[in-house]
Amino acid sequence: MPETSQPTPRAAIGSLALIVAVIALSAAAFAYTAGWLSPDRLTPQKLVDGFDLKSPPPLGHRRNHAKGICFTGVFEANGAGSELSRAAVFAKGSYPAVGRFNLGTPNPDAADATVRVRGFGLKISTPDGQEWRMALIDPPFFPVSTPEAFHALQVASQSAETDAMPKFIGDHPEFKAFADWAGSAPWTGSYAEEPYNSLNAFIFTDGSGAHRAVRWSLIPEAKPVTVPPEELAKRGPNFLEEEIVQRIKGGPLKWTMVVTVANPGDETADPTKAWPEDRRKVEVGTLVVQAIEAEADGPCRDINFDPTVLPTGIRVSDDPFPAARSSAYRISFDRRTAEERDYPRAGATQ
Amino acid sequence: MIPRFTPLQRALHWIMAVCIIAMLFVGVGMASTVAQSYLSLVSLHKTLGILILVLALIRVVVRLIYGAPPLPPDLPELIKLGAVVSHYALYGLMIVMPILGWAELSAGGYPVVLTGGLWLPPIAPQSASLHTALWNAHFYLAFLFFAIVLMHVAAALFHALVRRDGVFDAMGPRLTRDEVAPAE
Repeated sequence: MPETSQPTPRAAIGSLALIVAVIALSAAAFAYTAGWLSPDRLTPQKLVDGFDLKSPPPLGHRRNHAKGICFTGVFEANGAGSELSRAAVFAKGSYPAVGRFNLGTPNPDAADATVRVRGFGLKISTPDGQEWRMALIDPPFFPVSTPEAFHALQVASQSAETDAMPKFIGDHPEFKAFADWAGSAPWTGSYAEEPYNSLNAFIFTDGSGAHRAVRWSLIPEAKPVTVPPEELAKRGPNFLEEEIVQRIKGGPLKWTMVVTVANPGDETADPTKAWPEDRRKVEVGTLVVQAIEAEADGPCRDINFDPTVLPTGIRVSDDPFPAARSSAYRISFDRRTAEERDYPRAGATQ
Repeated sequence: MIPRFTPLQRALHWIMAVCIIAMLFVGVGMASTVAQSYLSLVSLHKTLGILILVLALIRVVVRLIYGAPPLPPDLPELIKLGAVVSHYALYGLMIVMPILGWAELSAGGYPVVLTGGLWLPPIAPQSASLHTALWNAHFYLAFLFFAIVLMHVAAALFHALVRRDGVFDAMGPRLTRDEVAPAE
């Protein structure tokens, strides 16, 4: 049996050194892959931590868009979307929806009149077991072009140095349009009077396999009434939630879902660039909100409105945000579900 | 002639070795990136996980049928114990880790979609506390899994290069003469 012959002591030491080297290199490759050797890598943990650089995180709550209220309803597809995407959700019919009106702030106790961005999380389910999740906001475009720039904005906007924001804007001129919108766009007194926009571009695939880059918006049926923010501040810190609870008593709230189809050559990778107004728009259905429930015990609480949970027939584009949002939302979800005790469920604490 | 694992067992071992090592690297890699590749890594992680689960179940059945060659009689008892324990741990993790991941997604209310668009049903009720427990188990066991894989590789190389006792060859990729030319 030649293979059982023992090596010389010298060869054995060489072999042991080789074994140690193989194991050490493997462990180092693992550590590198995990990002432990790359402190500059933009990780989802860094993006999520970036919302609370100056204050403690809101334990048990979403790390951004932390204040919100749940709703349930249906998406009534009119069938027109089937021409654009083979997703079952566009076939004429009514599909259950769960969602969340929310404010773009990491503070779940923020006064409603102090938060500029309002959001809309939504999950639509179809009988084939598939889901379409999204998280939309009311500005017409996003503040920054890349996840890296978003993190730079987090750092600059919370910096104690007075020149941090001017320097950020100098480095990211695309932010100016958003700042102008934030400063001049009218405010309304209701979640029901806001349009909500996907901002990120996605790809729809139709029954023939043809692809189209799209964005979509929910356009409110309720007519927006402009109210100055000073006036809103007088309505109390939670006027949006109080208003929507009252308003729903008068009947369901509706939004028309409008899909905007890009022309060839339109920028899909940069959500700061809105497409020209003349692009083709297709009304694909109506989102009907039928009931409102407080978040603590509500059906939206433990849903991650990850915009990459998409049915067959919709997929992500080269827009870098959906992947980054998915990765960061996952961290936020993992943390807040682990902190359940810090945000008691109303029914469970009695 | 030192007895070896059957060709089927060796094939399963080496295919799974590639899958599991890829899986561990994909896992820590996807958890630390916000790049576009995050989505394809997550998709690959789920798909590889289910593949490993299926292969591991086949492998356990094959192992129960064909058994394993005995360890060399001169191997110290403590090393033998280590070999037995680490192999139980490896088989256990191959089966438990994919189930934990699948259940974690289920408890988190996420759909489980594999590469190619195959949707799997949930295997756990939606629950924040259950999600957290499963997340913790999946996370910490992953590092234990990688540590045991490294020990396994070190031990295999020790058998191959230092002891040269045939233990490595029992699972080694080399074909024996009768497998190359069974008619001889």
